[in-house]
Amino acid sequence: MGLSLTKAAQWTTAGKLEFTPMNESLLKELLSFVEDFSSRHPQEAEHVFEEPLRWSTTLGASDFKTDYYISGIDVQSHEKDSGGQPLLQLSPPTVCVRSFSQLSKLVHLAADKKLEELRACLEENKDAMVKILGPCFADILEKEDTHTDVLHLVDKDQGKDPEFKINLFHLLQNMNKQLLSKLLEEIEVELNLTALKNDIESLKRLCSEGEKRLLKSVRYTSDFEFSNGCRAPLWRQVYGDICYLVVEPCDTENLYITCSTAGFFLNGGIKQEGAESGYERTSDTYKDLLTLLKSRSPYFAEHINKQASAVQELPSTQSVHRHVESVDMEEQGELQRSYEQQEKNVQDKSRKQHLLNKKKYEPCPRWKKLGLMSPCGKAEERKSRNSSGMEMSSEIRKKKQGSGAKSKMKAEFSLSSLPGRLSSSQKIKTPARATELSSESSSQSEEEEEQSERRLESNTDLPPEYWQIQKLVKYLKGGDQTATVLTLCAMLDFNLMQETCQLAIRDVGGLEVLINLLDTDEVKCKIGSLKILRKISHNVQIRQTIVDMGGLQSIVKILDSPVKDLKALAAETIASVARFRRARRTVRLYGGIKKLVNLLHCVTNLASLTANQQKDVEVARCGALALWSCSKCTKNKEAIRKAGGIPLLGRLLKSPHENMLVPVVGTLQECASQESYRIAIQTEGMVKDLVKNLNSDNEELQMHCANAIFKCAEDEQTRDLVRKYKGLQPLVSLLAKVNNKQLLAAATGAIWKCSISVDNVAERFQEYKVLESLVELLTDQPEDVLVNVVGALGEFAQIPASKTIIRQCGGIKPLVNLLSGTNPELLVNVTKTVGACATDQDNMAIIDQLDGVRLVWSLLKNPSADVQSSAAWALCPCIENAKDSGEMVRSLVGGLELIVNLLKSTNDEVLASVCAAIAKIAKDKENLAVLTDHGVVPLLAKLTNTTDDKLRQHLAEAIGHCCMWGSNRASFGEAGAVAPLVRYLKSKDATVHQSTAMALYQLSKDPSNCITMHEKGVVKPLIHIMGSNDKTLQEAAAGCVRNIRLLAVANRKAILFY
Amino acid sequence: MSSLNRKLIQTLAETISKQVDHFNKTEVECLIREFNVLLGECAASGRAVNGLDKEKFRSILHNNFGMTDDMIMDLVFRTFDRDNDSFVSLKEWIEGLSVFLRGTMDEKIKYCFQVYDLNSDNYISREEMFHLLKNSLIRQPTEEDPDEGIKDLVEITLKRMDHDHDGRLSFSDFEKAVKEENLLLEAFGTCLPDIMSTEAFEQHVFQEQLVL
Repeated sequence: MGLSLTKAAQWTTAGKLEFTPMNESLLKELLSFVEDFSSRHPQEAEHVFEEPLRWSTTLGASDFKTDYYISGIDVQSHEKDSGGQPLLQLSPPTVCVRSFSQLSKLVHLAADKKLEELRACLEENKDAMVKILGPCFADILEKEDTHTDVLHLVDKDQGKDPEFKINLFHLLQNMNKQLLSKLLEEIEVELNLTALKNDIESLKRLCSEGEKRLLKSVRYTSDFEFSNGCRAPLWRQVYGDICYLVVEPCDTENLYITCSTAGFFLNGGIKQEGAESGYERTSDTYKDLLTLLKSRSPYFAEHINKQASAVQELPSTQSVHRHVESVDMEEQGELQRSYEQQEKNVQDKSRKQHLLNKKKYEPCPRWKKLGLMSPCGKAEERKSRNSSGMEMSSEIRKKKQGSGAKSKMKAEFSLSSLPGRLSSSQKIKTPARATELSSESSSQSEEEEEQSERRLESNTDLPPEYWQIQKLVKYLKGGDQTATVLTLCAMLDFNLMQETCQLAIRDVGGLEVLINLLDTDEVKCKIGSLKILRKISHNVQIRQTIVDMGGLQSIVKILDSPVKDLKALAAETIASVARFRRARRTVRLYGGIKKLVNLLHCVTNLASLTANQQKDVEVARCGALALWSCSKCTKNKEAIRKAGGIPLLGRLLKSPHENMLVPVVGTLQECASQESYRIAIQTEGMVKDLVKNLNSDNEELQMHCANAIFKCAEDEQTRDLVRKYKGLQPLVSLLAKVNNKQLLAAATGAIWKCSISVDNVAERFQEYKVLESLVELLTDQPEDVLVNVVGALGEFAQIPASKTIIRQCGGIKPLVNLLSGTNPELLVNVTKTVGACATDQDNMAIIDQLDGVRLVWSLLKNPSADVQSSAAWALCPCIENAKDSGEMVRSLVGGLELIVNLLKSTNDEVLASVCAAIAKIAKDKENLAVLTDHGVVPLLAKLTNTTDDKLRQHLAEAIGHCCMWGSNRASFGEAGAVAPLVRYLKSKDATVHQSTAMALYQLSKDPSNCITMHEKGVVKPLIHIMGSNDKTLQEAAAGCVRNIRLLAVANRKAILFY
Repeated sequence: MSSLNRKLIQTLAETISKQVDHFNKTEVECLIREFNVLLGECAASGRAVNGLDKEKFRSILHNNFGMTDDMIMDLVFRTFDRDNDSFVSLKEWIEGLSVFLRGTMDEKIKYCFQVYDLNSDNYISREEMFHLLKNSLIRQPTEEDPDEGIKDLVEITLKRMDHDHDGRLSFSDFEKAVKEENLLLEAFGTCLPDIMSTEAFEQHVFQEQLVL
């Protein structure tokens, strides 16, 4: 009880038990324990508690029967303790219970309220164990130390029935264990806990090294470990939490870290176990603990790699120590050196340390090989999991020494952190541009994350380039301009696209020098520096460092230079640096956008250009490249527009050169996410050029053109222009490029948007047999292609003929299969398309056969409101066109309840779609009955106050159809739905009038509704509506007025004759 | 200036402008005038003049083109002074400036090579490079061999530019290296004006004088 309550139960801040599944099952277990206690263990049940359990009960005197003295509202039990005190005492609302027998009885008496009673009891007696057994026993129980001899406690206790007390103690202890193990069964922990523990142990070791320590302390928030290895409270384990750490770094505030199956992140500050709040995530999630620490503590990040190399190359903790000592000596030696050299120490140290390692431990290459075998080391560790960290490692060490191997282990933490590191380096290698694809959101959301500092890994030997570069940087620092230029040229000879060289330049302080050169007057030095920068800035970390050092400002300044080569190089460097948000902002803030736009002025369409003009073209190309990089954030797009960039880009769009066109179209398609650009592209006649370039041989160019069309074709006129310039056919032919997924995504996107115009579909696409190709693309494609393909199919399916073709090509089945996907964007399109297809009877038969309706229906549970509404819309034609739809709907267990519950949504689109679906469902009387049982009437009535016309239309329709059952008409009236409906007639939307009139007609069949309507002045607008051309509308309005009139007549008759 | 003199200048300009690629007749005329002005300044000091002497020429390079390195300026003078008579004559002046101000890449490569080829043996040797670069690095007194850095730099550069691996730079080595990387044009010292001073000088000579 005690343990399970403190560890497992989830308490609210007010000290209440949360209503969670975990708590519920905990309570139920406890309840059955208490209920059966007195029958199973009669003697122990008699034991009187040290202190009474007191709580406010909902029970009254009337609930108590025999065995109790009842006087007024107070109750006392017959049973008394040795001192004559009653064991149960009730003076409402407080009840005091002093033995398990009375507790059991009370629980039995409480009957169906027993859970609430127990809950109240626990909530008000969090220290129940102390009260029952006394503090000494409770202590032992909390510690769960089964081996402690409880007998000696009994001696101290002046107690009565010591035997029973001990028995009771053991009983409670057992119950605790059972409870916990039961609850744990419900939780599955998937993460490799051993690896995690090793990490943490390694970190702890890093704290214990005096002045050289990397962290001040690392501790768990809880010393208690569940049998599954987790330390988080049970109710948090459900969310995947494993344990919480408090890490005290040397340079920043304490870090409160949650280790969960999803990764590692900072929490709101869980300082010790039992915290009630602070579990929320407050940082990004990291793949491994080291990365998180490195990102939070610069000191740690700076030193860990050195340490890591030490730890990695040294077999045990002992040798780590030895190593650190030697570093210390190194330090002392260095102190005597001149101050001048101090700044280089960081590098020197790492080098020396490295050399040191190499000297002492020559056979390190072999260890590396052996390191691969470390999983077996891990297995050994798992065996000794329960022993403490130190024991663990010494044990392993012994084993290893026994087996003769020098070291099989790499540093423990490198194991589990490996995947994280790998993924980050992969990320670096993917060119940022390759990931920038279609859809508006991509430009902002696929933002390159700023990465944490990463030094050259010193676990491998530093490459020879490192030392050469270090030497060159020295010459750069001490050379005049001639030497500088020569050195820069020498540096350019390295493979600067290689990460080792890039990081070497940074790590030996080369970046500072290169950036300083940008502020000199020496053109040649600036050119050389930029030539290097434009290459090494392909590395994410270099870019960040350049921006951190203020290099971007200098580069932006160079854009004003009269030297064209310089301008071009500066722009090109900006293009490669400005791949992350902060850099782009810096470019804008220092006026870079305007300067870049100015670079675009050049003559392009002359047949032969002078050398000077050619240089201008090159400058413009680089300017376009830079703008392309910068155009990935909204403010820059705006800045480009304001600087007059659009017409200039439009002019460059006529260039015959691909290398010019790619950045220009790239910029345009990036900016086309802005309304202003879409309009400009249309009005400045760029659509024609975009279409022309669709026919290019360059796939990248084709892709950007298609993307631009994709974004611009939201507008109807643009769609027509694409058709006019014969852009549809090249788009269709791009569908054959099955291997270039980005191109495919762009092309399908463009086709999707173009197909929104029925003319495009009817006149052009049909003759190109697009549907067939599109259906083929429904399988084995990445999601961004699928979204567009399905979207296009949805638009095509607005034309009846297309529906048949989709069926004939076998498109229904893959579509239905896609319903079980997870991507919300895709699901919205799929449901829409399935819905459109379902308007065809034959299609519907196939959908039904494939169980498509159930799939669509289950999407109502999707968390995304867009998916919910789209699914609900799709259900309408499904229900309408399915054979025996009533039966089909009923067969979906829980389906009706689900859809009724969606009426509680706050999203108008969801509500409208659900109302529409309910209107369809309610056509079946049996289903309407079920809907009514689930309380559809009050929910619909509650929505009537809306002002959204679309919702009004479908709501009125749903109300109209739901009237047809039992006393629903009257219920709607009672729920106050009638008066708001009358107001709908004032709406300007004719469709609202129609469904409202129908609903009013149905409602008017209830006399009291007629009275309300009349009071609200319904007759006048209805008479007006009777004049409508729509016959059903006329009829409904007239019917309603008739019903009102009939009531009035009947009323008068009643007055006259009675 | 007499009309006779003017006539003379015009005829002279006519002839010279046919021999020089990058200047038209008017520009040559301006250059002749400028030469005469400079010569006049020399003559004022009371010596007989056949052309611009080294002293005067160095002051021009320094004042107009921002050059500071005495050694390089001497080398530039030597390159201008084709007939090695220690004076830059009018013809040498105009021909030299043609490359100096407006030369094509090929012309500039040739010019720079001549500048750097100290002994005019058509090779730039390791020693010549060392000589040219000897002041280009700050010497660190702590180092055992203060010239180590420069020697190393020479080796790096030689390795990069010496395509036929004969331990010295022939003209074709130099040409090839510069074509690959334009920055290497003035590899061993700045001997060409930058774009700013070029423009300033041309404006000074061609436009201001025309107004006169």
